[in-house]
Amino acid sequence: MLTAENLPRPPYKTYHEWYASQDAAHLIRKTQDAENIFRKTGITFAVYGHADSSEKLIPFDIIPRIISAREWRKLAQGIEQRVLALNAFLDDIYHKQEIIKAGRIPRALIERNVTFLPEMIGFKPPGGVYTHIVGTDIVRTGEDQFYVLEDNARTPSGVSYMLENRETMMQMFPELFALNKVQRVEDYPRLLRQSLASLAPPGCKGRPRVAVLTPGIFNSAYYEHSFLADQMGVELVEGGDLRVIDGRVKMRTTRGYEAIDVLYRRVDDDYLDPMTFRADSALGIPGIMDVYRAGNITIANAPGTGICDDKAIYSYMPEIVEFYTGRKALLENVPTWRCSEPDSLKYVLEHIEELVIKEVHGSGGYGMLVGPTASKKERTDFAEKLAARPDNYIAQPTLALSTVPIFVNKGIAPRHVDLRPYVLVSDKVKIIPGGLTRVALKQGSLVVNSSQGGGTKDTWVLED
Amino acid sequence: MLGRTANGLYWMFRYIERAENIARLVDAGLRVSLTRAGSSDEDWHGVLESAGVREAYSEVHAELTAADAIDYLLRDTSNPSSVMSCIEFGRNNARMVRTALTRETWEATNECWIDLKARLSRKVKQTDLPELIDVIKHRCGLIRGAFHGSMLRNDLYNFSRIGTFIERADNTSRILDVKYYVLLPAISQVGSKLDNYQWESILRSVSAHRSYGWVYDGEYQSANIADFLILKVQMPRSLAYCYEKITSNLDYLAQTYDERLKAHETAAAIRSTLKRGSISDIMDQGLHEFLEDFVSRNNQLSAEISEGYRFYQ
Repeated sequence: MLTAENLPRPPYKTYHEWYASQDAAHLIRKTQDAENIFRKTGITFAVYGHADSSEKLIPFDIIPRIISAREWRKLAQGIEQRVLALNAFLDDIYHKQEIIKAGRIPRALIERNVTFLPEMIGFKPPGGVYTHIVGTDIVRTGEDQFYVLEDNARTPSGVSYMLENRETMMQMFPELFALNKVQRVEDYPRLLRQSLASLAPPGCKGRPRVAVLTPGIFNSAYYEHSFLADQMGVELVEGGDLRVIDGRVKMRTTRGYEAIDVLYRRVDDDYLDPMTFRADSALGIPGIMDVYRAGNITIANAPGTGICDDKAIYSYMPEIVEFYTGRKALLENVPTWRCSEPDSLKYVLEHIEELVIKEVHGSGGYGMLVGPTASKKERTDFAEKLAARPDNYIAQPTLALSTVPIFVNKGIAPRHVDLRPYVLVSDKVKIIPGGLTRVALKQGSLVVNSSQGGGTKDTWVLED
Repeated sequence: MLGRTANGLYWMFRYIERAENIARLVDAGLRVSLTRAGSSDEDWHGVLESAGVREAYSEVHAELTAADAIDYLLRDTSNPSSVMSCIEFGRNNARMVRTALTRETWEATNECWIDLKARLSRKVKQTDLPELIDVIKHRCGLIRGAFHGSMLRNDLYNFSRIGTFIERADNTSRILDVKYYVLLPAISQVGSKLDNYQWESILRSVSAHRSYGWVYDGEYQSANIADFLILKVQMPRSLAYCYEKITSNLDYLAQTYDERLKAHETAAAIRSTLKRGSISDIMDQGLHEFLEDFVSRNNQLSAEISEGYRFYQ
């Protein structure tokens, strides 16, 4: 919030004045209020592997993260460029594979990738859109300096927190929204529905029927699934509700089976269709891939988009962006060592205490090593895993992340954050001004994942 | 509306209703043991029986004690009909159908679960029991209130209501059935001290010990009590009342969907039995036989509704 001279950075100016006029005890009470709102509403997530604590709250910080309109515009341009490149990349790898032929990406990295789906080869999804919803994880290192940490093109989660955080802030501090002109995020569910409906299969007559597919109430993101279905006004379905009948995917209603045109699925590729992918999946719909390939349903995001989340592919993003857009990437990639390459592996093993090492298919902060804060034993253990399966890992330097203020009992303290803006892709790209800011609540920590003790805060993009 | 949603609403309200009824049963059991000289732990036999968990209880506990019985009925999650289990199942169903509930109904259900989970996390002291039972009834009442005050009167509402009344009819008939020997028209027993306790406990377990007095001048008579709980349509926990509600909600569904199912015939037949029946006929036929038959027809109706409205795959 403050500059080196201890003055508030411009976007925080109004907030800082307001904050100075507040009583600390009052703010502590507000923090408690916020927690009660979340608990009462049931905005919880499940932590896998904890039988007893099956539902947890994500800690919420009451100080908003504030971004100026100017900085946001720059960021948004970079994100749009990146998302368009990702869609072009997906279309290419499932069709002509020009990027491979041009020698810009090794064939093996694509075709031997477990997230690459041969079933998608030669198939064009409705409207040519693969990634209807994208969450791009971004960190800021200084004024106008943004790095993309990872792309989430498979099933980005967390958007319900963006919306509930805003809702909670508006309930608790209405006066702040009178003092600051904050761009709206509340339109997201409406825009999402429009965007999904606009990509209904060409044969769809009338108003497209949209549904959200959830694995069920025990999934960690179930709250979000029900929230989005509710906010969009569409059915929340489970695999058991759906069946393929006469070449259409239909849901079992109290009056019989009714067809669905667009399925926003929050079930991973592997589980989507037991006849095509994992046969033991009880979460999917047998035969849905046939309906999809026949052009009778839109699946969002398209199967096979998960390859964009692969951290080895990530390391090629500067080339990918340039290859498809003809311009240099506007957003920086974090320099990445691919441990599959012997020279890189050697470097990584020698500098393990400086690096963050991640699994290429990992997510949620699981299976990673943060070298600078890990113990000696953790590093040695991890080095063994790394040496055994180098192609399963990448490594990155820790960045000098900028911090934002959070509210603690003693007042304000700096913490590291990242930012996940949400992007909707149809015939146009829409970026919601804001996103989910995740905070590493532990002092000095760089890990923001909610499964690893991270929290969230409201994200404001100011109007000009 | 999804078949699974109808199923979720139906069971959400069955479980909430059951939780409340179990709390009432415990309340009645407590009252008997507090007011009756020479009462013994054996009195809990009937309570467990009414809750339908007599056998399951003896698999967990070798002996019958008041403390164990109360614990089993209120907080033991290995007992699928304990208050805690019912609230847990009810809330899980509510989560599953969350998009079908108003925010108020969901929050009342969620807060009920949060509160009772905390209160039932450890053994309840005897002195805290009356308050706890009140809290359970309050929490369930809040869910009902939020539901009535905020839900649209459409098919979602109908399925919720049908679940409530199928469960309530089942519970009331079980309570009566367990005590049927008390209600048998055996002249020799009528008016004896023991009977009064038993009868009052029946009425108390359906929260009707006061209203009974208003309707029947306060005299405990076997035929009157049976009449009250089976045939009196003004009594909100009577079988007759439950079937008025079940048939009217089923009729709404028939209108909305423009389709009458087997369940409609079954419900109408049960309702007509209750409407035309007289208590003396029922007593002559045998109260136990009547109730046994009722419970099985009530279950049959439940199965027909599940099937007719595609609750399951």
